[in-house]
Amino acid sequence: MKFESPATTNPIDQLRIVGKPVSRIDGPLKATGTAPYAYERHDVVANQAYGYVVGSAIAKGRIAGMDLSHAKAAPGVLAIVTADNAGKLDKGRLNTAKLLGGPEIQHYHQAIAVVVAETFEQARAAAQLIRVDYVREQGAFDLASLLDKAKPNPITGGPGDTAVGDFAAAFAAAPVRLDARYSTPDEAHAMMEPHATIAAWEGDKLTLWTSNQMIAWNKAEMATTLGIPKENVRLDSPFIGGGFGGKLFPRADALLAALGARAAKRPVKVALQRPLMFNNTTHRPATIQRIRIGATRDGKITAIGHESWSGDLPGGKADGAVSQTRLLYAGTHRMTATRLATLDLAEGNAMRAPGEATGMMALEIAVDEMAEKLGIDPIEFRILNDTQVDPEKPERPFSQRQLVECLRTGAERFGWNKRNPQPGRVRDGRWLVGIGAAAAFRNNLLTKSAARVRLDKSGVVTVETDMTDIGTGSYTIIAQTAAEMMGVPLENVKVRLGDSAFPVSAGSGGQWGGNNSTAGVYAACVKLREMIAQKLGFNSAEAEFVDGAVRAGNRSVPLMQAAADGGISAEDEIEYGDIAKKYQQSTFGAHFVEVGVDAATAEIRVRRMLAVCAAGRILNPKTARSQVIGAMTMGVGAALMEELVVDKRAGFFVNHDLAGYEVPVHADIPHQEMFFLDETDPMSSPMKAKGVAELGICGVAAAVANAVYNATGVRVRDYPITLDKLLEQMPDVG
Amino acid sequence: MQGPSDFDLSRRKLLLGTAASVAFGAAPPVANAQTPVAPAQAAPQAVPMSKVSFNVNGRPREVTLDTRTTLLDALREHLHLTGSKKGCDHGQCGACTVISGGRRINSCLTLAVMHEGDEIRTIEGLGTPENLHPMQAAFVKHDGYQCGYCTPGQICSAVAVLDEIKAGIPSHVSADLNAPAQLTNAELRERMSGNICRCGAYSNIAEAISEVAGRPA
Repeated sequence: MKFESPATTNPIDQLRIVGKPVSRIDGPLKATGTAPYAYERHDVVANQAYGYVVGSAIAKGRIAGMDLSHAKAAPGVLAIVTADNAGKLDKGRLNTAKLLGGPEIQHYHQAIAVVVAETFEQARAAAQLIRVDYVREQGAFDLASLLDKAKPNPITGGPGDTAVGDFAAAFAAAPVRLDARYSTPDEAHAMMEPHATIAAWEGDKLTLWTSNQMIAWNKAEMATTLGIPKENVRLDSPFIGGGFGGKLFPRADALLAALGARAAKRPVKVALQRPLMFNNTTHRPATIQRIRIGATRDGKITAIGHESWSGDLPGGKADGAVSQTRLLYAGTHRMTATRLATLDLAEGNAMRAPGEATGMMALEIAVDEMAEKLGIDPIEFRILNDTQVDPEKPERPFSQRQLVECLRTGAERFGWNKRNPQPGRVRDGRWLVGIGAAAAFRNNLLTKSAARVRLDKSGVVTVETDMTDIGTGSYTIIAQTAAEMMGVPLENVKVRLGDSAFPVSAGSGGQWGGNNSTAGVYAACVKLREMIAQKLGFNSAEAEFVDGAVRAGNRSVPLMQAAADGGISAEDEIEYGDIAKKYQQSTFGAHFVEVGVDAATAEIRVRRMLAVCAAGRILNPKTARSQVIGAMTMGVGAALMEELVVDKRAGFFVNHDLAGYEVPVHADIPHQEMFFLDETDPMSSPMKAKGVAELGICGVAAAVANAVYNATGVRVRDYPITLDKLLEQMPDVG
Repeated sequence: MQGPSDFDLSRRKLLLGTAASVAFGAAPPVANAQTPVAPAQAAPQAVPMSKVSFNVNGRPREVTLDTRTTLLDALREHLHLTGSKKGCDHGQCGACTVISGGRRINSCLTLAVMHEGDEIRTIEGLGTPENLHPMQAAFVKHDGYQCGYCTPGQICSAVAVLDEIKAGIPSHVSADLNAPAQLTNAELRERMSGNICRCGAYSNIAEAISEVAGRPA
C-alpha cells in the first residue's frame, strides 16, 4: 500500500481498541521473568558454550603480539578467536570501528579476542591469561582542544550547514542579542540488558538469537562482515532489554559469538561484560555548541544561529545538535553549522533522539536566557516566536503543530503563574525552589514497513513482522491495530516479532517504530479484509469487520468461516509517497520542572515534573505515557548526573560501569505527570499517529537547568549540572 | 523485630564474609591482559568443584558447581531459572535480586556454594503468567516497566521492601531509627534505589508498590 495522500476515514478511526490504555499483552511474561531475552535461550539450540570478550587496553596503536598459550591450556577452553585467526572480515556499512580489532587498535576496549570455554567461569578465567604486547600511539581525545581543526560534516537527515537570509548582518543589527556557548558530555545508553547473542552454525547457515533493534539492517550487516550471503543469516530477537539506539547496529557480541561458534564447532553465547560496554560500544557524543539569537525589543526573533562541534573516529558522523533550530522558532535570518573533529574515543553514534536531544539541551537554555534579557516570560517568548510553516521554506507548512497549545496547557496545569521570575527568591525550608520550562521537539520520520497477517479457523489472528519491542509496547499496539482492523477481541490476536524470517518492518529507532510498523500491519490487514470479503461473497468496500463477524447490510457471516478450509493470510507493506516533502512532520511538547536546591550544599532535587505532548494519534495512552515519563527520567539524568568522563591522556571513558556512570534511580525521580493533547495527523499514515518516545527526552534537561537557574540565579551552561558548578555562586542566604 | 544492635551484628558478619571472599579470590595465581605475569604452573589446573544443596521456590535442588559460580549463574545457567537477570554482574544494578532467607540479595554478588541449605525465592517463585503475585499484577496494571529486563529484580525487591518495613528495619532516610519504619513515599523510593530501571518506569513502579502496600504513591 502506498500512502500518497492524506488519510481519510478508515477502520482505525472506530477506536474500539486502538487508542485505549490497555495493559501490555507481554506484561505477564515480563512480570514473571518468563519473557526470553537473548542470553537465556537454553531451549533454542543444545550444547551452548560460553564466550568471554577481551578488550584492548590501549586506545590507539597496534598489537605487537599476543600470547594465547596459557589461555589455550586453561581448563575447559575450546577456542580463542582473534583478528589473527578469524579469517577475512569486512566492516559493515553501519559501523564506524571494526567489531574485532587487531593488529590495528581504533579505541579502548575494542574487542581483540573471544575465549570460548565449556563454562562461563572457565572462559572468564582463561581470558585473564591472554598476554598482549601493545605499541601505543598518540591519539586525540579532547574535543575542546580540536575546535579549529574540526571540519564541516553533514548530519542525519540534512546538511550540516544551512543559511537563510543574512544572519551576520541581522544579528549585528539586532537591538537585543544573546551569544552563548554550551556543552553536553558524552553519554551512555546503559540499557539494562547487556548486548548478548547466542550463535549457531548449521553448515554455512548462521542463526543469531540476539538483542537487536533493527533486524533487517543487522542481518545484512552480519552477512557483509562475515562475507556470507544474506540468505544464510537469521536473526531472532523477540525481547530486547532496552536499546535507546545502542542496539541499532551489530556489536561485538554477535560477531564474536558467530566466530566463536565457527571455531569451537558448537553453539556459543556471548554477553558483553558490563564494564566493557561503555568503551566497547557506541555512545552519544559530547558537543560544544554556540547559539546566537537576535531579537527586536518586543521579542521577535530576527536572527538565530546555532553551531555545533562534536567528535568521532575517522569516517564517523557528527551529532546533529543543530537540526531542530532549523524548524522550531521563527526568524527571517538563520544559520546552522556542524563541525566534526577526529577523536580516538569509542564510536559516537545514535542515542535516543540523536541531534535534538543535545541540541535542545542548549537551545532551550538559550531561549530562557534570551527571554530574561528581553524581560518577557519565557513561555510567552516561545509563543511569540512560534511558526506554523518551515521557517526556511515558508511555502511548506507543518502537518500539525500544537507547540503553543502544549506550552499553554502545561503552564496552566503546572501552575506556571506562581513562578517568581526573579531567581533565588523562593524558599521552602532549606530548599531554594525554582520552576523551569522548555519546548520539546522531534521530527516524525516515515519509513516503509511490512507485515503478514493470518486468520486461522479458530478465529485467531496472527501478525508476523520483524518489528522489535524494546520496551516501547510494539507487541501491544500491533495487536490493537490488528484487532481493530479485523474486528476481533485483543485476546484473539497473537503477535510474533523480531525474527528475520518475517516481513521487514521499520524496526525500532528514531521514534519511527510505532507509527510505521502499525501502518504496515494496517496495510496487511486491508489486504486480508479484501481477501476475506471476497471469499465470503461481500463487496469489500461495504464490508464491516466487527465482533468477530463480517457484515454488510442485513447479512453477517462469522469471520472464522473465511478460514474454515485451513487459514487465510495476507502480506503487505506501507510505503510512502512524497507527502513528507510537502508537509513538515514533527512532534511537539512542553516540559515543566520544579527543583529544590539545598541552600547550603547546592544539592539539586527534582520535585515535580510535567510533560504535555502533541504527537498525532496516541495508539495506547498507557504505553505511550510510559515512553514519555521514561524519556523524562533519562532527561533528568542528562541534566544532573550523566557524563562519561574522558581520560584525556590514556583515551577512554573512566567511569565505565553502572556505579561510576550515574543514571537516575528511584530516589531521584518524583511522581511524574504527563498529558497528551488530542491530535490526529492524517499526513503521517493511515494510523494518523506519530512518534513519541524521543520527543519525551527533548528539552527535559533544559527545563531542569532553567529551574535550577530560577531557584538559584546561577546559570550553568555545561552539563551535567552538578553542585560543584553551583556552589561558588550560590546566593548568600543566612 | 530487629533492633539497632542486631543490625550492627549483621554488619560485622557481612564484613567478615567480605574479607573471606577477598582472601579466596586472591589465592590462585592471577594474570591479566594488561600486566603480563607468567602463571605458576603450565599444566591445566583441575576445576575446583563442589556440591551445594538449597531450596529454590520450595523445591530442593542439588547441583555440583565450579566453586566460582555465582548464585545468579547457578540459577540462570544450571537450573535454567532465567527470570533473575544479569545486568552488570557487579552488584550495581539490582536486576539479579532474589530473596534468600527472607532478605533480598544481589545474587551476582554471592557464590552459590555459600548458600548451602538456604531458602531462595526467585521471580519464578512469586507467580506465573496465569497466576500472578499481587505485586506482579500491580506492575502489569501500572505499566511498571518497559523493556522488562530489570522487572524481576524490581518485583523481588518490592516484595522484600514491604517485608523490611513491616519488620521495622530502618533505611538511609528513616528519621528516627527507634521508631517503627514508616511506609512513606521517600522510604519506598530510597529502598528501591538499588534497582535501576533505565527505561525510567520509576513513577509507575512507585504506584504499583504503593497500591500493593495500600497507600497512595
